[in-house]
Amino acid sequence: MIGRFVYLKDVVTLQLDPEKCVGCGFCTDVCPHGVFVRENGSIRIAFRDACMECGACARNCPADAIRVRTGVGCAQAVIHSMIGRSGEGCCSLDSGCC
Amino acid sequence: MRYTVDPGLYALGKPGPADSVLVTANYKLSFDALRAALPGRNAWILVVDTKGINVWCAAGKGTFGTDEVVARVQACGLHHVVSHRTLILPQLSAPGVAARQVKTHTGFTALFGPVDARDLPAYLDAGHKATKAMRRKKFPLRERLELIPVELVHSLKWAGIIATVFFVLGGFLDEGPFWISASRAALGPATALLGGIAAGAVSTPVLLPWLPGRAFTTKGLWAGAILAGAALPFIGPKLSGALETVSWGCGVLAVSAFLAMNFTGASTYTSLSGVRREMRWAVPLEVVLFAIFAGLWLYSRLVST
Ligand code: SF4
Ligand code: SF4
Repeated sequence: MIGRFVYLKDVVTLQLDPEKCVGCGFCTDVCPHGVFVRENGSIRIAFRDACMECGACARNCPADAIRVRTGVGCAQAVIHSMIGRSGEGCCSLDSGCC
Repeated sequence: MRYTVDPGLYALGKPGPADSVLVTANYKLSFDALRAALPGRNAWILVVDTKGINVWCAAGKGTFGTDEVVARVQACGLHHVVSHRTLILPQLSAPGVAARQVKTHTGFTALFGPVDARDLPAYLDAGHKATKAMRRKKFPLRERLELIPVELVHSLKWAGIIATVFFVLGGFLDEGPFWISASRAALGPATALLGGIAAGAVSTPVLLPWLPGRAFTTKGLWAGAILAGAALPFIGPKLSGALETVSWGCGVLAVSAFLAMNFTGASTYTSLSGVRREMRWAVPLEVVLFAIFAGLWLYSRLVST
């Protein structure tokens, strides 16, 4: 866990259905935060709190085994959407967001 | 300066039909980073139309998506240009691109390369294998520093407007000649705003991993408190009393907390669910702090006159 930024505890919507998972490992390839690990041949969520709900894993899972409500973790975009403006360019162009 | 590149197929060096095809966004910095990462190599670069937005943001918005990649492969006649059937996409495009659908629609196997273009040579030489480290999106100090100028420009603009309001109000409310009383009255608010910006938009990004707390607002409050504590001996004697000093401290905290909260958007690891949960308590707190800041300042003027 050293050197890993972790945001809030127990808040993300990520769900893995082990019944559906075929163990292809695509999710471990696409996840930018090492959330999934392979253990004794099967895949499990090892670092749930590190998930940023980007949706890369769900989109690339061939077995439809992953559920996550995707979005951009950007306070300004949330404010914009609350006051009815579409979340246009909430921060700098080359930042991690929008 | 133009920040976009025309979508299409580009040659890096003198590529032949067997050379790799690397896909990127039509944001100039993404394109340049890719080229700079591959000195002396021959490769094809397929630039997809992301409306000039970088890979990750575009993938999140869906502009760097399956449909666009499929359409661009077909529009460029990639089947006739290369003999192999492999595309290498940036890993950070994966939120928008479903590799197996690209394969279904184009016949090209879409592989996700490393997060950082700089790791591409190693990835290619290893036969399309990325190490665990290459698959991680990090948030190093260099990257956090690069974000500071934009945050500063935005917040200073707003601070200027708010400080002007305090200045004009102070000029009317305080006794004495307008300019003198306005400057005296605005000193607290103006330095509070600047202090809040220094803490929230500079210290917080720089000290991110070391500030206590997981929520960005908590980190911002710490940064603000440290800065306020350090600056108080210098500012305090210039303020008109206890009320104005409390107002000043709340001002620093309000601004610092708000700007730190906004930095979630620029960071690389916050989730929408998390930001929503943080905002549930952070926004009311920031509003209250700001209200105390403005309210006590006003109260101390109305009572003293
Ligand atoms: S991508 Fe889906 S099927 Fe493949 S290992 Fe991950 S969860 Fe299982
Ligand atoms: S949503 Fe993104 S960060 Fe979360 S597990 Fe999936 S790929 Fe990783």
